[in-house]
Amino acid sequence: MSAITRDEVAHLARLSRLALAEEELDHFAAQLDQIVGAVARVAEVAADDIPPSSHALPLTNVFRPDEVRPCLTPEQALSGAPAVEDGRFRVPRILGEEA
Amino acid sequence: MLWKGWVITMADPMTLMPYEEALARFEPVLGLETHVELGTASKMFCGCQTAFGAPPNTQVCPVCLAFPGALPVANQKAIESTIRIGLALNCTIAEWCRFARKNYFYPDMPKNYQISQYDEPLCSNGYLDVEVGGRTVRIEIERVHLEEDTGKSTHVGGATGRIHGADYSIVDYNRAGIPLVEIVTKPIPGTDAMAPEVARAYGIELRELMRTLGVSDVRMDQGSMRFDVNVSLMPRGSSEWGTRTETKNVNSFRSVERSVRGEIERQAAVLAGGGRVIQETRHFHEDTGQTTSGRSKEEAQDYRYFPEPDLVPIEPDPAWVEELRAALPELPSARRRRLQSEWGVSDLDMQAMHNADAFDLVEATIAAGAPAADARKWWMGELARRANESATTLTDLPITPAQVARVTVLVASGALNDKLARSVLEGVLAGEGGPDEVVASRGLQIVNDEGELSAIIDQVLADNADAADKVRAGKIAAVGALVGGVMKASRGKADAARARQLILEKLGVTE
Repeated sequence: MSAITRDEVAHLARLSRLALAEEELDHFAAQLDQIVGAVARVAEVAADDIPPSSHALPLTNVFRPDEVRPCLTPEQALSGAPAVEDGRFRVPRILGEEA
Repeated sequence: MLWKGWVITMADPMTLMPYEEALARFEPVLGLETHVELGTASKMFCGCQTAFGAPPNTQVCPVCLAFPGALPVANQKAIESTIRIGLALNCTIAEWCRFARKNYFYPDMPKNYQISQYDEPLCSNGYLDVEVGGRTVRIEIERVHLEEDTGKSTHVGGATGRIHGADYSIVDYNRAGIPLVEIVTKPIPGTDAMAPEVARAYGIELRELMRTLGVSDVRMDQGSMRFDVNVSLMPRGSSEWGTRTETKNVNSFRSVERSVRGEIERQAAVLAGGGRVIQETRHFHEDTGQTTSGRSKEEAQDYRYFPEPDLVPIEPDPAWVEELRAALPELPSARRRRLQSEWGVSDLDMQAMHNADAFDLVEATIAAGAPAADARKWWMGELARRANESATTLTDLPITPAQVARVTVLVASGALNDKLARSVLEGVLAGEGGPDEVVASRGLQIVNDEGELSAIIDQVLADNADAADKVRAGKIAAVGALVGGVMKASRGKADAARARQLILEKLGVTE
């Protein structure tokens, strides 16, 4: 199991729009490495007769009928928003300076 | 795939190579991704309604706003519609598949990810045949998968209203979570100069298919059907495909056609100038018919797809799939073949009716009692002319197939001739009522009274003694002027053939 590199942490941080300081890159690289290592231990006990799964429950086809249910009011929907304008969620500039 | 990237490239200098020259030097390869919003009553993973044009953020709930703890549950009708689309496109339906989480940082989804499908689409490996210029082109379908639509952002500030240069954005999540089907073709080589037309024909055929299946309202003006158009070029004689570009959110068939053409001209100029086509998304501009650079494409792995943990896998029961297959309606291509043989019309006439979107109208007119040839004649003749004059479409003309059928019946019974029938149609279109009302109010009845007709003819013969003498002397061709005189005197209401017969009788001439 190869170690998580600083570059990988920096890349993930950019995708998540997290501003990490140089020393934090090393700090999180070590932590992520530990997490990946811990999860990888599952592979040690996985046997050939156990198919990989992505879900804890052995269920399929859980559907709901196509029926309309009550929505929130716009006031309720927007009540937790840091900023609102014209009935809409107001968000900061999307494209930053990085371009 | 809905794509969000971050690297902006500057607008490139636009050099184009003339289309014919571009085609002589390069072979285009097409690819089309189509997004279709399903017409379900409720959203993909929650019970919010899906009406278009509702006031902002009135069709949202904890699930589609991604409030903590809210969990999605898949809409069965949306799964069913996607399988039906797959079946109609001759796809294999997955025996087992999952939703996937597509992660990206962008506020059009409040979750910070979109629930989509990745390497396990619901339907794969199908095809759709389209007819272009008398040739059938088989478009191979790579996959049909189900995902959720995103919210609608409005960018505020900046000169253009676009995301670039905006100060901030405001977001309406009514559309977020509406079921969205993505239909992806395999690369389509071998279309050569027809590439733009093939792309357009595919779009039209696909829309017709969606309509026939009744899975979407396919309103392109409302964004419920939209295209991403991929184009690449390879030098003639080469077998290695070039780098493709993807023109996003093209939302009319004409634009699909023009964007393919424009991109062929642009890429040819880049390649011929020793340049390199950059893999990127591009924007189509209606005014120039050209595309400009959008953003360079992020690596797919940057989306960090993984199986959606909040939803369990889909395992369509084969018996259910077969039921859906058996219940598919007659598909557009089969219907066209049937209609053509029933109506006995040429390929050219079929193409004209197809282009005019006239099949439903003609079929309904025949069902309402019109002879097939007459139904076609009136819709594709006089009514097509009227629609054209008023810059509208046949389907939007204020006349019903039943009314057109009534006019054909009146003509067939001899109560109207073609000229009077045109006048009746004019009256109906002008809102003067149904055909019978217009006949009555405009006094448009053929003169069937022999006495009245005879009197008119006598008057015309008296007024046109020269012509009458010529006919008596054996110059039968001169009778045309006399018949014309009778039609004029009767204000078009005489039966021309009967008038001609009577004139010849009165002049003692036999043919």
